[in-house]
Amino acid sequence: MQFMLLFSRQGKLRLQKWYVPLCDKEKKKITRELVQTVLARKPKMCSFLEWRDLKVVYKRYASLYFCCAIENQDNELITLEIIHRYVELLDKYFGSVCELDIIFNFEKAYFILDEFLLGGEAQETSKKNVLKAIEQADLLQENIDFQTRLFAGSRDPSQRTGGNRTHINPVCWPQTTSPAVCS
Amino acid sequence: MSDVVEKTLTALPSLLSLDSQPGSAKLSSSSKLGLLIRGITELTSKHEEEKLIQRELSSIKEQVSSPNATMRQMKELMVRTIYCEMLGYEASFSYIHAIKLAQQGNVLEKRVGYLAVSLFLNENHELLLLLVNTVLKDLQSTNLIEVCMALTVVGQMFPKDMIPAVLPLVEEKLNHPKEIIRRKAVLALYKFYLIAPNQVQHIHNKFRKALCDKDPGVMSASLHIYTQLIQDNPEGYKDLTASFVTILKQVVGGKLPMDFNYHSVPAPWVQMQLLRILSLLGKNDQSTSEIMYEVLDESLRRAEMNHNITYAILYECVKCIYTIHPKSDLLEKAAKCIGNFVLSRKINLKYLGLKALTYVVQQDPKLALQHQMTIIECLDHPDFIIKRETLELLFRITNAQNVTVIVEKMLDFLRTSEDDYTTIDLIGKVAELAEKYAPDNEWFIETMNTVFSIGGDMMQPDIPNSFLKLLSEGFDSVEEDSKLRLFAVNSYVSLVQGEPSKLPQRFLQVICWVLGEYSHLREDLEPDVVLRLLAKLLDMKSCSSETKSWVLMAMTKLCSGGAAACAAQEVSETYSSSLDTVLRQRAHELQFLSQNSELQARVFPRSDDPEPVEVDSSLSFLDGFVSEALAAGAAPYKPPHQRQEELSRSKALNMEPYGLSLPISMSSSSIAERQSPTLLSISSGLSGDSTDLSHKGGSTALKLDGVKRVWGREGYLTQKEPAEAAQVEVPSPLQSPSQQGDGDRSQTQTSTPAATPECDQEKQQLASSLFVGLSSQSSVCLMGKSEPTFQRFRKKTKGPSTSSITSLETANQLVSPPPVDKLLCNSLLDSSIASELGVSSPEQTTQLSEGFTDNATCDAQVELAGSDMKGSDPAVNGDDDCDVAAFSEDPDPHKDLCLPSHLPAEFSGLVHSEITPVVTNQSLDLSVCHVHKEDCLVLVVFITNSTDSAIQQLLVQIVSEELEVTCMYDSPEEEVRSHVVAVRQYCIKVKRPLVHFELVGMVSYQLPAEMPQTVQFSYKLPLTSFIRPLTVSTEEYGTMWLAFSHDTKQNLTMMSDEQQPLVATLNALKKKLLLHVVEIIGEEGIVACSVLQDQPCLMHCRVHAGMLAVWLRSSVPDLPDCLLYHCQRTLQEH
Repeated sequence: MQFMLLFSRQGKLRLQKWYVPLCDKEKKKITRELVQTVLARKPKMCSFLEWRDLKVVYKRYASLYFCCAIENQDNELITLEIIHRYVELLDKYFGSVCELDIIFNFEKAYFILDEFLLGGEAQETSKKNVLKAIEQADLLQENIDFQTRLFAGSRDPSQRTGGNRTHINPVCWPQTTSPAVCS
Repeated sequence: MSDVVEKTLTALPSLLSLDSQPGSAKLSSSSKLGLLIRGITELTSKHEEEKLIQRELSSIKEQVSSPNATMRQMKELMVRTIYCEMLGYEASFSYIHAIKLAQQGNVLEKRVGYLAVSLFLNENHELLLLLVNTVLKDLQSTNLIEVCMALTVVGQMFPKDMIPAVLPLVEEKLNHPKEIIRRKAVLALYKFYLIAPNQVQHIHNKFRKALCDKDPGVMSASLHIYTQLIQDNPEGYKDLTASFVTILKQVVGGKLPMDFNYHSVPAPWVQMQLLRILSLLGKNDQSTSEIMYEVLDESLRRAEMNHNITYAILYECVKCIYTIHPKSDLLEKAAKCIGNFVLSRKINLKYLGLKALTYVVQQDPKLALQHQMTIIECLDHPDFIIKRETLELLFRITNAQNVTVIVEKMLDFLRTSEDDYTTIDLIGKVAELAEKYAPDNEWFIETMNTVFSIGGDMMQPDIPNSFLKLLSEGFDSVEEDSKLRLFAVNSYVSLVQGEPSKLPQRFLQVICWVLGEYSHLREDLEPDVVLRLLAKLLDMKSCSSETKSWVLMAMTKLCSGGAAACAAQEVSETYSSSLDTVLRQRAHELQFLSQNSELQARVFPRSDDPEPVEVDSSLSFLDGFVSEALAAGAAPYKPPHQRQEELSRSKALNMEPYGLSLPISMSSSSIAERQSPTLLSISSGLSGDSTDLSHKGGSTALKLDGVKRVWGREGYLTQKEPAEAAQVEVPSPLQSPSQQGDGDRSQTQTSTPAATPECDQEKQQLASSLFVGLSSQSSVCLMGKSEPTFQRFRKKTKGPSTSSITSLETANQLVSPPPVDKLLCNSLLDSSIASELGVSSPEQTTQLSEGFTDNATCDAQVELAGSDMKGSDPAVNGDDDCDVAAFSEDPDPHKDLCLPSHLPAEFSGLVHSEITPVVTNQSLDLSVCHVHKEDCLVLVVFITNSTDSAIQQLLVQIVSEELEVTCMYDSPEEEVRSHVVAVRQYCIKVKRPLVHFELVGMVSYQLPAEMPQTVQFSYKLPLTSFIRPLTVSTEEYGTMWLAFSHDTKQNLTMMSDEQQPLVATLNALKKKLLLHVVEIIGEEGIVACSVLQDQPCLMHCRVHAGMLAVWLRSSVPDLPDCLLYHCQRTLQEH
């Protein structure tokens, strides 16, 4: 895999992971143009693109687009499943994940991604094992800042404003449109 | 009281969250990051956002650089910086702090630090060096999480040069008790292999251990490495095939732990990786393929659940089955699978089905036939991607019968396409199809017109080139040629009369060239009319100065005669004071030639069959001038790439890639007698690499073979009908309006097809026109196609160039003077190099005038050579009758069978070339071969007397300008008895190196009671026949290197598919060119050879950015260039 991008329906980048060395200018250019291309596609269209010299696989989950550029010999369908598994992982970790979880906790989303894919290749495909690895690190955190556990109650959605709270449900990925304005 | 407590408690989280995150995954949005995100949400304009972020960044900058910042604060700051960078704002000040955080923080802070580093930097970033120590420390940590983090970052990015520092530690981790550590270590090694394969060569056995790891996770990680290793060297891992098959069997059989299941499919990722490995191993290898048939069958069988993941496996299986040695029942199943994909209602599967079809259609064209209706539907699909893929598929099945329909479809698509990449790619394909399969002149020209209009200035430059080449070189029939040219002229005249300002520059240039060259074919068209048309182009605002010089060039060809000369004068006056030197040069030429029509006619002779000009690509005619200049103290010329390298070498580290070797786009230096201005500028810019240019020119020539075949009579009478039937289809007036609508729609392919019977019928017709010719002789049609991925370079792959045209060439050269003279004659005003140089510097103008003075003598020579052979050589003068042997005549191979036995015994142990017949006539058979002796090359001439009487006064003379030819035995018997072979030997040495040498031989003889006769022949010798290995030590090499002054540099492509590209490349050169490899150290190698025994040439090679940077030096001028040419060719042939 060459890179993975997560962006919203408004074209806002939510996550980016590059597995090929490119300069910033190039990354920005690719991101901008690819986001535009993908957003312009209609919902019933094919999830695969031959874009420039890249093979691109994308999928929309609620208000978020997951977009991967893969190598020529890579299999498009399995890439879709990689995206899907990543969404499942996020879902399990955050508990019914929505775009806001990813916005506010993007570093967690990165940690999960790094545990799932390493250097562009799937390294651990078991949901259980990925989350175990993440939780171990998290647990360490709790030991260090044990007093903060006191206040680590359930998250309170009312504290967030203007975000998209549609859940990215990986089981039956609904393509519902929702008032997502977290720009 | 309780109030107070409550207040404190509610205040605490926000206080704490400033510095740390709560333990659960959820982050309170009242943190600073939360505030920032919310702040951005509330903004309304991009401008405000920018202001806010800049403010944020400067506050972050202040805080991170403050010495009091705790690591905890740093962590929080870093998260915010990552966010800002993601929004597209640069925060490079923080990179160093990210590294610091990874270095000094506790585990959690480190985690963020590593994350920030991996997001901010790429593996080429210089700051990454600072991370090496941290990684080293963490790899040795007792905390598993730290080890994991270090391995994760190593697996993502690591500076190549620092691999040796961490390698031992990573290797050690392969034995770690924890599965996760071993797995990450394997992936880190995979990364190392990708960026620096030779660094991990010594641990291949450890990879094997990883493959046999008891934990399937580690095993599957090692598959990544094996995929790569096998891809690089399939032969080396055939022994593992059975193991991979066993693993796949176990996986498919569900023997892995449940953890590896994905939606109840056992370990799909492992399965697919294994399938890919198997296809690499089984490719072109029957015995290995046989091992895997069973497991492939099982995989196909097991993957039947209706889920994406099983389709993914199926698709991989199908690809594998079609890649390995074929087995019929598997192929059948795979074909069925492809069918299911194509027919699927899921658009993703349909797309992959089409891709698979495209992939297999070369092997199995019938499969496309089965799905023709689906393909037609896809052609009208609303999704651009599906349409595009369908066209790709159609491109693969194009033949002479369906070409018009398919090209029409492609052009329709192109007219609506907005994506430049697609346009460039597709337009090249249309041009290729048009050249290959055009049914008639009219269609060809019109199609190419559309190609030029749509492709505009972004298309590959070789398209207009090869088009012009095709026009100028023509085909087998002179009549057809002039018809085609005339048609082009007519078409272009009307285009120029129309609205030429809308045409792209490239197209205008093509038009200019054709009008200049061929407008005389149209008799009713006076040259001055054309001149005025062309002059109109000059006045256009959109006309670029490059195009203008094409226009002026074209005018120069037309300017003879009264009215035309007047018109030309006007134009030339306008431009003779142009600031653009090239234009000025052209204008002066135009002025001069329009006044002197006699000279004009001689410079641009109007013949229907222009002989290709031999261009002296080494510019040897400048040697005298150069040596004078050098003697006067001028600095030796350095080609641009060398200058560039020297510049970059003066910096401490060369961070930049080598300049690409100059793009040699314009097709050839011998497009026709008269060249186009662009060719000029390129060839002059190239000078150093010009040998290469001429080579490219040679290879483009062969493209014509493919065309010729189809353009001949056989393709075209029969198939026109079905194609037209589909195209000219117009809804009949009897049809209802709705039906007409349907008709229109499918013609314009905008909307989805309605399933009315009429529509179906239409599709049926389309189908019959698209798939015509696929069933029966399709394999023949598909033959010429190159590999799909290399389409763009088709020009180079079109087959063996030289063989087919040499005969013609040699025949030409019999009557033409050696190339150098010829160049001089033409150097006057024609395209070639001298004139172009002439404007750029005063010294070179002198050279130009030299060209002028030489001109007269040269012309005389040309005339002699061209018109009449008699008297062109003093040796023949005395003979009454001399005939030039018809060389193209098919030599009878049987006659040669006995010749090897006549090869002198002393040469039996030496390498000799094949014995080639060069001349055959009713009385003589002449064959030649050359023998490689250490100190010279021996040319052995076999003269077979095929008459019944003895031949007398046999005399063989061999001459060459650049070679020293001495007869080895003083003229033996002068008489050859009937049916006896006489053998002559000549010792040949090199006077001056050339890429190819040309020997001209003359045989005079007399039959009893007949007049003396003369036969001429010519024989080509490549420089390589003279190259001998030069065995020197590295020290000797060093002294010689310094002593030599003539050098050249170039980047060559390496044989990258080998494991050690440098060694493999040098070995190939050694084998083919008999070079001596002195030493190879790491990425550098030194090679030595000499021409015979006295002209050494040294070569220094270095691997740089995947290319082989070679530097040749010699004491002999030109030798480096000539040798470079052969190296390049050798590598290209590989």
